[in-house]
Amino acid sequence: MIYDVVIIGAGVTGTLLARELTKYKLNICFIDKGPDAANAASRANSGIVHAGFDAKSGSLKAKLNVRGCKMMKRITEELCVGYRNIPSLVLCFSESDRAALNELYERGIKNGVPDLRIVERDELVKLEPNISDKAIAALYAPSAGIVSPYELCIAAGENAVQNGASYIFNYEVKSITENDGIYIVSDGNSNVSARYIVAACGIHCDDIAAMSGDLDFEIIPRKGEYMLFDKSCAGCVRNVLFPLPTKNGKGVLVAPTADGNLIIGPNANVSEKDDTETTACGLNEIYENAVKLVKTLPSLKNVITSFAGQRPTPSTGDFIIKFSAKYKKMLHIAGIESPGLASSPAVAEYAVQLLSQAGLILEPNIKFNPYRKKLIKIRELSDDEKQKYISKNPAYGKIICRCESITEGEIVDAIQRPMGATTIDGVKRRTRAGMGRCQGGFCMPRVTEILSRELKKDMSDIRKYGQDSILLYGKTK
Amino acid sequence: MEQRIKIAIIGGGPAGLAAALGAYESGIKAEDILIIERDSCLGGILNQCIHAGFGLHRFGEELTGPEYAERYIKKVREADIGFITDAMVLALNDNKDITYISPTTGIVHLKAEAVILAMGCRERTRGALNIPGTRPAGIYTAGTAQRFVNIEGYMPGKEVVILGSGDIGLIMARRMTLEGAKVKAVCELMPYSSGLARNIAQCLDDFQIPLMLSHTVVKIHGKERVTGVTIAEVDSSLKPIPDTYKYISCDTLMLSVGLIPENEVSKGADIEIDRVTNGAVVDNFRQTSKSGIFACGNVLHVHDLVDFVSMESELAGRSAAKYVTEGFSGENKSDTVPKGGVRYVVPQKYYGSSIDEKTEFFYRVGKNYRNVSLNVLADGTLILKKKLVRAAPGEMGNISLKGEALDKARKASNLVFTIEEGENV
Repeated sequence: MIYDVVIIGAGVTGTLLARELTKYKLNICFIDKGPDAANAASRANSGIVHAGFDAKSGSLKAKLNVRGCKMMKRITEELCVGYRNIPSLVLCFSESDRAALNELYERGIKNGVPDLRIVERDELVKLEPNISDKAIAALYAPSAGIVSPYELCIAAGENAVQNGASYIFNYEVKSITENDGIYIVSDGNSNVSARYIVAACGIHCDDIAAMSGDLDFEIIPRKGEYMLFDKSCAGCVRNVLFPLPTKNGKGVLVAPTADGNLIIGPNANVSEKDDTETTACGLNEIYENAVKLVKTLPSLKNVITSFAGQRPTPSTGDFIIKFSAKYKKMLHIAGIESPGLASSPAVAEYAVQLLSQAGLILEPNIKFNPYRKKLIKIRELSDDEKQKYISKNPAYGKIICRCESITEGEIVDAIQRPMGATTIDGVKRRTRAGMGRCQGGFCMPRVTEILSRELKKDMSDIRKYGQDSILLYGKTK
Repeated sequence: MEQRIKIAIIGGGPAGLAAALGAYESGIKAEDILIIERDSCLGGILNQCIHAGFGLHRFGEELTGPEYAERYIKKVREADIGFITDAMVLALNDNKDITYISPTTGIVHLKAEAVILAMGCRERTRGALNIPGTRPAGIYTAGTAQRFVNIEGYMPGKEVVILGSGDIGLIMARRMTLEGAKVKAVCELMPYSSGLARNIAQCLDDFQIPLMLSHTVVKIHGKERVTGVTIAEVDSSLKPIPDTYKYISCDTLMLSVGLIPENEVSKGADIEIDRVTNGAVVDNFRQTSKSGIFACGNVLHVHDLVDFVSMESELAGRSAAKYVTEGFSGENKSDTVPKGGVRYVVPQKYYGSSIDEKTEFFYRVGKNYRNVSLNVLADGTLILKKKLVRAAPGEMGNISLKGEALDKARKASNLVFTIEEGENV
């Protein structure tokens, strides 16, 4: 079969675009080299819906960020994804930094960021009681927010599949060729054919672009490390706190997460591609920087996990969304670094416009359902509602993940849903089982059992995530 | 669903079982007791502890974990004490209102006259230690690995490095070796082990597994599955010493780096927590800062031996029985104070006028000692001196007050527990 559009990369850009394209009568397929959606940058980032004052005025980044931020509330409602509209504050610590703060404000106004203003210390303390004693003023952006990045990415993929899109995981693209106006994508074993191709592959965008002969941009992988704190620390801050940005980026932030933890990070270091190691000095660096923003930061004892992600920084300084010079119907969506998550709904919308201009026929799909299949989150229901679900299916009364109160019913759902979970991490990112303070110590063996039962696989064949992430080496003696 | 009960016990492991029997044997009817257990069967973590070594103090014989649990489960069943499994407590408040969830009952609001907290503890994880490196498969807490091996019958690794010398880690070093895995090293951050001396002898020495004191893991390697770890020696401030970095190839990193009492439910009842034990502050009846709420076992303070969990929990059960039948009168409580080398003492408070004929206090010390004495001072006056040939952080100690010492303790407003070193010992 020849797909109308094949999207390479199931990050948040790819899955939201897939979903956007299912609004039309098109055969869509998204592919990824990993075992699930949200493999790389979409899995490990700050989860901030930036308001849009950082990017250079007039840039694609600025335009799509402000637009994406506006779209986020509705899209997360449709997709049943945790999102909270909470303000961001960029802190100013000395009079000599005022000019930089004002510049940021002016840029934000130019970019069209709504309700932006500078707040002075008196008001700042009211907005954020735990603010550092040294902060004298801040740029206040009430349109910002927080969202769970991997949840948004997976949800969009699911909804796309619900609306007819196909997906292929564990498929690493090795070559792209053109034959009679049809593109043939190959992993060396099997081919996928398409009339249009979109390459939305994060840090590997330049590698894929090289396959189409586009050598005019490079992606620089910049690693960012994070620490995530126990939910008991969520009250530390009410807003997303930033220092003033530097050449290296927006700096180390302190923020609540959409799921009720506290996150600090990231630093920014150019690294090898796919290097997501945390380092002792990196973790120290982010803690030392985060401490400066607040009066008190919870101690390291409260950290439940640390991780690192990579941003695909473009050599051009702006998002690169353009057609290949050689393959006229292959669209590159490259360099979607921060604020890529905030921009992603707008990037998808913009990409559809470009594809349409290039000749893709957009005939509305009247069966398109924007709402993701209802997601049952037992912990968020009232007692009466919980009771209702448990009497229908007792598995909703059996807690598997004790820290996050996730039931067996929810885990089975996650496996059986469209684009369902096939791995331990897949279950984790769909349900939060294993994301609490014991980090899966109790529930991981149980989740392995449930995956084994539902997928009819031996326990030893269940993977943490990738094909080689073996959990168990066969039976005991 | 709404329910009422005299005594609700949260947790059906060794603590909960012994507490239930303590209450029952004090005259509470079986149907007035309910054990709420979150796993599918009673017995708690003992079910996966298939090694021997349990029961020497309690029963005077050596039992395996399941055998030890079975003794209590049998008694609970014979007495027909109420219990529910697969039931997880979601909330508790200081009015002793419990909300629990289970597949068979759904959501239940349970109003209890007394509550006994017996939730046990959980293991510290890699995340809590902030060990740098990658995040591959093959990093297990010792308890998780133990479950895979002993309950599920699967091997979680072939070449293992263990960080931390807690008892579960030591036990698993032996277990993995017996199952054919190679345990390359046990690294311990501190200059002493936190495990029992007998476990070091029987689980490491007997199998020539090196125990590397003052060593830690500074980096985890491997993209998808662990391929190795970098270890390093640490200095006296526990910082890794740069020249000592050493790579060990392995497919598994097992962590046995401490246990944390699971007090999330207790926090809902606003119970005062001891910052050293991470368990509730209790009096000699094991009553917490909230009247009618008791705590025992590893949720109160982490024990080395289940025998002491059982004894402590029987006491908590008896106390809860007393509370629902006679009530506690509001006499003044006095404080116990750990000092000079003693890290903590449980109970933290005691009723001066109603101490039993013999009252036991449990404590841990902060480092290794040889030939010292544990001194107990009542309002500053020495009332008891106990010689200790050795004392180690990994071994919980106990000291009983009776007779004259107890009479003095009763009148005191505080009891100081302290280690004395030197010639006077």
